[in-house]
Amino acid sequence: MAPGTFLFEAWQARQSLLSGLGVTMLSSALSIVMATVLGIAMGVVLTFGWWWLRLLARLYVDVMRGLPLLVLILFTYYGLALFGINVPAFWAGVIALGAFATAHVAENFRGAVQSVPAGQMEAAKAIGLTFGKRLTHVILPQAVRRMLPPWVNTALEIVKGTTLLSIIGVVELLLSAQQAMARNYMIIDFYLLTAALYVAINFTLAQLGATLERRYSYLRY
Amino acid sequence: MNEPALLQAREVRKTFGQIEVLKGIDLTVQQGQVVSLIGASGSGKTTFLRCINLLEEHDGGEILLDGDPVGYTLSGTRRKRLSETKISAQRARLGMVFQQFNLFPHLSAIDNVMLGLTKVQGKGHSEAKDIAQHWLGRVGLAERAGHYPYQLSGGQQQRVAIARAVAMQPRLLLFDEVTSALDPELVAEVLGVMQGLAESGITMLLVSHEMMFVRDVSNHVVFLDQGKVAEAGPPSEIFGNPQNDRLKSFLGRFHGLFGRG
Repeated sequence: MAPGTFLFEAWQARQSLLSGLGVTMLSSALSIVMATVLGIAMGVVLTFGWWWLRLLARLYVDVMRGLPLLVLILFTYYGLALFGINVPAFWAGVIALGAFATAHVAENFRGAVQSVPAGQMEAAKAIGLTFGKRLTHVILPQAVRRMLPPWVNTALEIVKGTTLLSIIGVVELLLSAQQAMARNYMIIDFYLLTAALYVAINFTLAQLGATLERRYSYLRY
Repeated sequence: MNEPALLQAREVRKTFGQIEVLKGIDLTVQQGQVVSLIGASGSGKTTFLRCINLLEEHDGGEILLDGDPVGYTLSGTRRKRLSETKISAQRARLGMVFQQFNLFPHLSAIDNVMLGLTKVQGKGHSEAKDIAQHWLGRVGLAERAGHYPYQLSGGQQQRVAIARAVAMQPRLLLFDEVTSALDPELVAEVLGVMQGLAESGITMLLVSHEMMFVRDVSNHVVFLDQGKVAEAGPPSEIFGNPQNDRLKSFLGRFHGLFGRG
């Protein structure tokens, strides 16, 4: 392999690319976990909360859905710093992405719960289950199955959204590739490589989602 | 009058928006009785049944279960709504079987029956399993314990739903048109199970359009018309010697069934 060939340059840049890939995957995973946990909690509030809690959650969801993700990331990083809250770029990115996707998961969850037939809740009430147990043993297992397809979508959006973290200086996959390009000028090759890696990650995630859907396919009516 | 009736409803009223669905229902169910509610669609039968286990809350009159008001406590003359936990505890004393079965689709037949036993009654897994298996046997589905609802026919699903309700040993079993969603050839197997339960002394209150069945299993029949009890009595009187005109015309539609063409 001679210098100037793609394989050589890619090999030269392997460490920064792999580290970028790692940052992309870690920030995605953390954001997805955060969005899933908080999103379901907020979805419960949206669906069953007292009216004032519901109002607050609704406000949050509408603001988050209406805001460009980039604005949110910039605000979390630079905006909070103005108030003396210094969040490292990586964590600012994860929090912004997670907070953004929380709103989507919450909405998906609400829709999923509402699509569970009313008779399920009534049957759960009729055998004397208390609210928490109705939720955990009857409603959630069915709602989670129903929210799986949109949840996979949200996860894919998060992975793609991590590219925006490059704006605040997080050296994730895109930025690490751009740094390599700055040395070797192999712009097309490295963008294609980057694109292929993103597609690979998202394809894997989508397959995982499809597997889960098949696994829970007995939840039909 | 020293022992309160198992279920005592007095002047029960319920309004949905502008429409008064229940206009003062009186009804008593004694321990061991089978009481049936009949009447045309919209007469309030189902609403009344749902008020008993608080799927709806009545807004007038009182429903007493073993002498305790359902849904509230009295402090002086003021009604204080029961907490969510206490309402659940009241519901646990009643069993209900629905028109649409409402089995939990993510649980196998036996897990459907066990859920209340373990999570409401706090029984251990193996004890709950024995009870559930016993009741699945009683409804003729011992072999189907591991099946999921979608693998069962409508009649089988409804029998699992009956097992789920009766396994909790409720004081009173409520049946809400439980054969109305079934194919005609599946109705008999469900009615057979209900008949068996009635004969074993389980107290039941049922809403049904199966007039022959109602006539055969009931101790007491109540005809509801436009939110009121229009006539009530033993089945021999209700079916053999109806007094109320609306009851007569209601039963007229079933005449062929009683061989009086």
